[in-house]
Amino acid sequence: MFSYNLRLGLKSLRRTPGVAALMIGAIGLGVGVCVTTLTVWILMSSNPLEHKNDILYAVTMDNWDPLQPMYPRSPELPPNQVTYRDAMAVFESDIPTRKVVMRKASFVLDPAHAEGLKPFAIVARLATRDFFPMFDVPFLYGGPWDEDQDRAGAPVVVLSKDINRKVFGGEDSVGRTLQLDGKDYKVIGVLDEWAPMPKVYDLTTGAFDWPEEVFMPFEIGIRQELPSSGNVQCWRNQTLNTFGEFLQSDCVWIQFWAELPNRECVERFQTFIDNYAREQKKLGRFERPINNRLSRPDEWMKANEVVRDDNRVLVGLSFMFLAVCLLNMIGLLLAKFLGGAPVVGLRRALGASRGEIFKQHLVEVGLIGLGGGVAGIVIAALGLLGIRRMYENYDALTRLDVSMGLIALGLALLSGLLAGLYPTWRVCNTQPARYLKTQ
Amino acid sequence: MLQMQSVSKVYRTDLIETHALREFSLSVKEGEFVAVTGPSGSGKTTFLNIAGLLETFDTGTYVLDGENVSGLSDDQRSRIRNRKIGFIFQSFNLIPDLDVFDNVDVPLRYRGMSASERKRRIGEALELVGLASRMKHIPAQLSGGQQQRVAIARALAGSPRFLLADEPTGNLDSLMARQVVDLLEDINRRGTTIVMVTHDPELARRAHRNVHVMDGQVTDMQPFTAKPLVAASAVG
Repeated sequence: MFSYNLRLGLKSLRRTPGVAALMIGAIGLGVGVCVTTLTVWILMSSNPLEHKNDILYAVTMDNWDPLQPMYPRSPELPPNQVTYRDAMAVFESDIPTRKVVMRKASFVLDPAHAEGLKPFAIVARLATRDFFPMFDVPFLYGGPWDEDQDRAGAPVVVLSKDINRKVFGGEDSVGRTLQLDGKDYKVIGVLDEWAPMPKVYDLTTGAFDWPEEVFMPFEIGIRQELPSSGNVQCWRNQTLNTFGEFLQSDCVWIQFWAELPNRECVERFQTFIDNYAREQKKLGRFERPINNRLSRPDEWMKANEVVRDDNRVLVGLSFMFLAVCLLNMIGLLLAKFLGGAPVVGLRRALGASRGEIFKQHLVEVGLIGLGGGVAGIVIAALGLLGIRRMYENYDALTRLDVSMGLIALGLALLSGLLAGLYPTWRVCNTQPARYLKTQ
Repeated sequence: MLQMQSVSKVYRTDLIETHALREFSLSVKEGEFVAVTGPSGSGKTTFLNIAGLLETFDTGTYVLDGENVSGLSDDQRSRIRNRKIGFIFQSFNLIPDLDVFDNVDVPLRYRGMSASERKRRIGEALELVGLASRMKHIPAQLSGGQQQRVAIARALAGSPRFLLADEPTGNLDSLMARQVVDLLEDINRRGTTIVMVTHDPELARRAHRNVHVMDGQVTDMQPFTAKPLVAASAVG
């Protein structure tokens, strides 16, 4: 009977192609807008470190101005980066099984050996070696630097897949030399595709930026006195004349993550950084109440407002728009179904139960829903393309994947069925005798 | 086959009550061909709708094929319509975008028959009405008489116990009307009980018995004579 109802549904849609197109268009538009905003919202709010959510912690310490918190809108939050001196002190702890301090720096890369390629600017992440295993960074060739190279700030680099393709044509470049700011660095590893979105490990500059192009030991930046290309925030009114003074200042510019495998480790490490803060208080620092935090990736994303309230509002509005589209569809369906009431009356006279008529019309609205789903996918793809054109940073967020395509179809089908319930119910209550004389 | 006892039906609006049937009593035996006549508004169609379980009634009893149908649910009435009753309407009531085969198929679909069984029955029914060669035509490609024969094939395909015909020749010219009546007589001869509402005295004369309805009541009922239909046809 389903195939029969399917055939009747298709015939019915072909009989009124204009109305069918309007209904499919209405549902497609509503679903398309919803899927566009949902795609962005889901990708924004997804946690690429979900599988490590219970063991990775962003470390923050409140060394800020005693007169005002860093974030007046969220006074309970400490700064989202730490000072160099605090980072180095806490880094000495052996409680975390892994730990990383890191920052960003800019270089000019001179691809002397790559024909036709002029020097260009790149952004590098300077991090301690645990960065790679902590954030599950995949390697295509080679691997991370070792502990000695880490400590000594050896001139070694790990390249992203893209930069390796650009500079070395995608070949295994391990052992080759790369010139950055006029200095030679030995390539010891090349990453595979890797683009965690949001970029949880550093939410201080562009949560949806692509990962850096080059990775190198943290210590290089200290020894070469490289300025940070990330956010540097200071509160104390002081003049910093040298890099050494900057390192000893209360400016926050380092990201610190710790891997703490169990509750006990978390408590011990929390105690450790709190005790450190108490000691610092004695030295006249950390003048605010002690407020050191270990934030899981999901808490970290929330604290850094990766998904802003207006994104949520936008998703809500898009669903309201879908509701308006569905209201229009209900009107069109009602007109279409009641226009077919004489045939329904005839079918009822010939023995169709209300249930059979209900199923027949539900299959028809299901077809409209599926058509709307396909239209919605096209509209969503166009919408995301539009966003991509307007905001290039959102490139990674605005790709429609298979799961969102299925969600679009499911949403459209569900919407179609919901919109079709009332018109279907109305037509099911057609009294068979009413139309038989007049059909 | 059909026994109505004191059946009443009142249509009510805010302003007016219309008594469509008043204490309507009628008995139709198996194998009968009964013509129900009467002026417009006399209650003929209401009787036919109630007889065909297309409408409910207010009071009285109605026994169809030995079953009291007074308190049946909508689904139960649908099932009985589908299995026991065939309908023939004045305006044919074919579904315009289905071909002849699919139109005849409609009641069989709701009976849950296998595809092969449906195909066999449709073929036989269309053979009987002489339209087996027009299975793939849509109604608009057929004459009025052919459309009514398709409607008769649709009514017959399910092998109903009785046929209800509402002005079956009302939209046909005299030649086509005659062909349709001949067909109905043939069907009746094969054992199907027929109740036909008509304005046409000529057509009514072809039935075994005439029941005259006036103001929702049976006013005149010629007795069942079991006259030979061939002779009746010759007279008509």
